Amino acid sequence: MDFWTLFFVVTTFGLYIGIAIWARAGSTDEFYVAGHHVHPTVNGMATAADWMSAASFLSMAGLIAFMGYGGSVYLMGWTGGFVLLALLLAPFLREFGKFTVPDFVGDRYYSTTARVIAVICALFVSFTYIAGQMKGVGVAFSGFLGVPFEWGIVIGMVIVFFYAVLGGMKGVTYTQVAQYCVLIFAFTVPAIFMSLIITGNPVPQLGFIGEAKGEGVAMLTKLNNVLNDLGFGEYTQTDKSKIDMFCITAALMFGTAGLPHVIIRFFTVKSAGAARVSAGWALVFIAILYTTAPAVGAFARINFIDTVNESTYIADEEDYESRAAEIEADGGKPVPTWYKDWEATGLLSFEDRNGDGIMQYRGPDAPDGIANEVTPDRDIFVLANPQIANLPGWVIGLVVAGGLAAALSTAAGLLMVISSAVSHDLCRRTIFRDMTDKDELRVARISAAGAVLCAGLLGIFSSQLGFVAQVVAFAFGLAAASLFPVIFLGIFWTRMNKEGAIAAMVTGLTTTFGYIYWFKFVDTNPAHWVFGVSPEGIGFVFMWLAAAVGVAVALATKAPPEDIRELVEDIRVPGSRIAHGAGDRDMAPLPRD
Amino acid sequence: MADESGKARAKAYWKDTVRLTIGLLVIWFTVSYGAGILLRDWLDQVSIGGAPLGFWFAQQGSIYVFVALIFYYCFAMRRIEKKHGVEA
Repeated sequence: MDFWTLFFVVTTFGLYIGIAIWARAGSTDEFYVAGHHVHPTVNGMATAADWMSAASFLSMAGLIAFMGYGGSVYLMGWTGGFVLLALLLAPFLREFGKFTVPDFVGDRYYSTTARVIAVICALFVSFTYIAGQMKGVGVAFSGFLGVPFEWGIVIGMVIVFFYAVLGGMKGVTYTQVAQYCVLIFAFTVPAIFMSLIITGNPVPQLGFIGEAKGEGVAMLTKLNNVLNDLGFGEYTQTDKSKIDMFCITAALMFGTAGLPHVIIRFFTVKSAGAARVSAGWALVFIAILYTTAPAVGAFARINFIDTVNESTYIADEEDYESRAAEIEADGGKPVPTWYKDWEATGLLSFEDRNGDGIMQYRGPDAPDGIANEVTPDRDIFVLANPQIANLPGWVIGLVVAGGLAAALSTAAGLLMVISSAVSHDLCRRTIFRDMTDKDELRVARISAAGAVLCAGLLGIFSSQLGFVAQVVAFAFGLAAASLFPVIFLGIFWTRMNKEGAIAAMVTGLTTTFGYIYWFKFVDTNPAHWVFGVSPEGIGFVFMWLAAAVGVAVALATKAPPEDIRELVEDIRVPGSRIAHGAGDRDMAPLPRD
Repeated sequence: MADESGKARAKAYWKDTVRLTIGLLVIWFTVSYGAGILLRDWLDQVSIGGAPLGFWFAQQGSIYVFVALIFYYCFAMRRIEKKHGVEA
């Protein structure tokens, strides 16, 4: 076990627990929305950590390294959603002023049925998402600290338990701020050094469009040429169709805007205006990582090919130093030390197909007809960067702590959605309506604890099934098709009614679920996709269907009560919100002070 | 919003807000789906530094524009709010 890794993990975890004890929640208001008084910039930072998961931190740069231009769907999709959020949802939902997303759906559509369906959507989206985070925590622990996978998840659960159950949204907010600082530092430091090595420019975003160091040719052109020679597709091209690129990007954008754990972050600031500014800051903090990631992807791909391809393999039983010296004396290139370090984790594998002892890295149609012998996992590109760039050992520890910060901060945000959906929407607003605030807080803590437990079990269980990566497509597609249309129409169309909302949510949920399930688990042949749209992108198509069905049903049925129309008009104009309707009367937000 | 003048004011405020929102969403669509996907081959004839322009929009440019869009929205909304005497 590496000293620095242990040092950073223990220090950051101590910090998170310290914040949790300091930021204990005393009321439901504090537990659900941190008392509505988080500063917009602070909330922006917390939102960035909440949003950027283990996938953004560990896998995305590697995905882009493999997919090249095709990886743009993630870059645009996962940032463009914040524009939709800032312009169409966040300020109005903040003005509405309650605790959860189902709260809005239930009150705006004056219906317990609509509320319960929204709870189901929120729980479904959040649980699929959280399983992946817990798995990430388990992998980080087992890979770096030598702890068994299951125990890694248990440690992660205990930490999240501390600040989510004790502190609620207040604890989560301030730990997320700390986690953002850890993860962004851990991501950018190796990126700067990589950029210096490959392009000579310390700013990765500029190095990305600059020249390869000392070669007088653009870095991307060099990468394209190298990939062509090895039989890969060009980096700046993709085999995805335009329509599929379009739909995946859109599904990720609308899905981002409809994700409950992102939306509830904007309930924690003090006003609609603050929610707008906060969305801007959130995107600034996210953009720092998201504009660095494509540069890291390209640099890592070049570096991987430069150092690994055509190098001579050194087996574990040989003495690395002396064998490497021998190879160099013969004019060869020994396999790099970082490769040997990471080989044990299973993230890299080498199979000597032609028996020449040299590692050939090739694409599917290599001009020289040599079969590929090296298979890197996409996560290796971020994890091994510090060593590839010859950075000191403590940077690796920092990257591990950064990956854990990314996974834990997202898991905590999701836990808040799950616990508030159960304690607030199911218990307080649906089943036990005469609960006191104190009872509700207790139930909120218990359900947060229950959710931590379920999430951990799900993480352990789903990793054995190995379908987490596929299931993530569910979360975005479902959020885009089920939650986005009803929230959007609820704000922008006063005529939208209860019947329309229920029809839209049910349509979006069932069609998207059905399509993804069918083409992920039953018929996996891409040739059968409807209009060539992959399951990742289908949420966008069914979002329109859900909205169309919702509008048609709404027009065919009774208009919503006058009270609800006035409620909608109130949330559009900041500062004019008063209580409306039966559900709102006793729970309307307090007038602003 | 009980009184009539308040209602008219709210209506005018909302009209301005919707117009601004549509304008910004057109830009949002143009830089991502437009420049990054649909028109990318055409834009690639031009380069920004060493990167084809369409490719650059898909991986960098659109994100910078998104950030600018949200902050412009905050600024423009404050102006609309001042114009109609709304407190946010």
